[in-house]
Amino acid sequence: MRIVVAMSGGVDSSVVAGLMHEAGHEVIGVTLQLYDHGAAVGRKGACCAGQDIHDAKRVADRLGFAHYVVDAEARFRASVMSEFADSYANGQTPVPCIACNQHLKFGDLLDMARDLGAEAMATGHYVRRVDGPNGAELHQAVDASRDQSWFLFATTRDQLEFCKFPLGDYASKADVRDVAARMGLAVAAKPDSQDICFVPSGSYADIVGKFRPDALQPGEIVAEDGTMLGTHQGIARYTVGQAKRLGIPADEHGDALVVRKIEPGTRRIVVGPRAAASRHVKLRDVNWLIDMPPEGLRAHVKLRAREIPQPALITGSGTGAALLLDNPALAAPGQAAVFYDGSRILGGGFITA
Amino acid sequence: MVYLDANASEPLRPEAREAALAAMVATGNPASVHQAGREVRRILESAREALATQFAARAQDVVFTSGATEANALAIHALSAGRTVLVGATEHDAVRAAAPNAITIPVLPDGLIDPQVLDDLLTQHPHALVCLMAANNETGVLHDITRAARVCNAHKALLHVDAAQAAVRARQDWLRLGASSIVVSAHKAGGLLGAGAVIFAPPFGEQVAPIIKGGGQERGWRGGTPAIPAIASMAAAFSVPYDAAKITGYRDDIEAFCVGLGAHVAGQGAPRLPNTLNIALPGVRADTQLISLDSAGIAVSAGSACSSGKIAASHVLLAMGFGELAAQAVRVSLPWNVSGSDIVAFKQAYETMAKRALHRGTVTLTQAQFAN
Repeated sequence: MRIVVAMSGGVDSSVVAGLMHEAGHEVIGVTLQLYDHGAAVGRKGACCAGQDIHDAKRVADRLGFAHYVVDAEARFRASVMSEFADSYANGQTPVPCIACNQHLKFGDLLDMARDLGAEAMATGHYVRRVDGPNGAELHQAVDASRDQSWFLFATTRDQLEFCKFPLGDYASKADVRDVAARMGLAVAAKPDSQDICFVPSGSYADIVGKFRPDALQPGEIVAEDGTMLGTHQGIARYTVGQAKRLGIPADEHGDALVVRKIEPGTRRIVVGPRAAASRHVKLRDVNWLIDMPPEGLRAHVKLRAREIPQPALITGSGTGAALLLDNPALAAPGQAAVFYDGSRILGGGFITA
Repeated sequence: MVYLDANASEPLRPEAREAALAAMVATGNPASVHQAGREVRRILESAREALATQFAARAQDVVFTSGATEANALAIHALSAGRTVLVGATEHDAVRAAAPNAITIPVLPDGLIDPQVLDDLLTQHPHALVCLMAANNETGVLHDITRAARVCNAHKALLHVDAAQAAVRARQDWLRLGASSIVVSAHKAGGLLGAGAVIFAPPFGEQVAPIIKGGGQERGWRGGTPAIPAIASMAAAFSVPYDAAKITGYRDDIEAFCVGLGAHVAGQGAPRLPNTLNIALPGVRADTQLISLDSAGIAVSAGSACSSGKIAASHVLLAMGFGELAAQAVRVSLPWNVSGSDIVAFKQAYETMAKRALHRGTVTLTQAQFAN
């Protein structure tokens, strides 16, 4: 069958393309050019393509299938980078990888794959697609340390039906690298990508500042009763639940203070004790991968990329939902809340408050 | 594979291959004084004389380069000294990049310039250098060089003509018509990659200021040992008659077929090269079209590709007022050896692509989209 493989130039998606090619499929490798590499590194005359595009082309040339670079710069800037900055400026903590998956990889690229007459799209994500009685199900990867299901909750059921995730069944990344080595791919030993792709320096505040300088304006750090406790250098540097970079000593009980609320209008960071967390969380833009039961649903919910899912009752309708957590937590607006039943992803949404 | 990307590079002509092979087996450097050097120099100078004859010039005014890009740079570098440069909006990047501070001459929706606009611009900027291509590489639209030369002459402006695409497909005696310099390319005519030339009208060759000085080759105008096999192939390729009637017939056949499927033709109302067809399919990204056709074994191109292969919206079509359609067009350019079965294969692949997009709802065929 004709399969479009989303290739980043890294070892994971290269192996996926290789596996599809070995299985006898007609592979069309596509790398989305998300930003101008020459401009990103700030060197005049530097090629617009980075090393990753070069690496993806080499893999395709070596294995003998077609590879194309697709311009997604404008879309990435508008739907990911600009949203990322706006979200911080609004006192939230965005997850740009989810936006990119949602709008570019499983949005535009998947549409393109259909336009190309492909029967499926494969990616190098560490998740599993399981064909259940009611269609395709999304499950966590076998290798829990690599699982990316939290980042893919916004994939719709229709999109899921079209997708393949061959790496979800691999026990470890080392196994994937072994496959790359067996295929003779130069990327077999390429280091894993780090953090956010469009923040090569690691300083995301610099990027936010370019789009939204207001998010880096200084402001006050206050207690919940309004007492001023200190100052900060921009709300974009803080996330609800954060204890670092506050410069405030622990309270009289010896509890460290954490960010409880970020107020974009007044640029105030409100701090308080961690113990005073809440059981109520509201969600927007909810995507369901099951038929949502009208009476609500008990499931486990993961409020951050790296944490163990916690039990909760989920209620709501349409694209909104409310969580009643069994145990109080500090949910950071802008982050995702993803619903699990064991290894299966049932749906998820973005935290509003 | 069905190769319909001749404007990127024409297939090698047998005559050009013969000439290149003969030059390849000749040992020597044309700068050497001994017999071997003389033999290679004879090949080089014969090619120079052939080009002079083919383009109504003097042999001493032909400067060989690595290709049209270098030739354009050399000519513009030579002729722009002390002059304002005016560049057509649809010129190739080789010309646009050689004159980064140039004033743009706008084009009409059909890709042609308005002679009155050129006249006005030259009134404001007398003694300018005007750069206009004979044939556009993306649309095949042929500028009226006769008329442009007349306007330039009236304002004592110089006219540089990039004739890379037109040199065999729509040749004119551009230098006699009033151009100060023209540029040609070997591989756009069925010769090898790696050779081009700038040909001056007297006395403009004397203005050349070399960009590469090197060993003083090409009378000091362009340093570096010339690529004799490619140059010999170029002269041979230019001497082969071009079957414009056959190629035009095939092109018109494809054009009518694609229009029937809802495609929009760039420059349809203007005189065009026989082999070039630029067609936009509303609602379908150019890269999707290119990949779709490539998957079906059809080689065409689109817009301007960055070195990564990323396809950006065509500056040519944007200049012609295409708006969004500028990123939804592909260029079909028929090679000299195109066959009837190639045309059948293309039509089949294009129809499959267009109907798939139509079925998916990507394409909405309303007349409003063709309004420009």
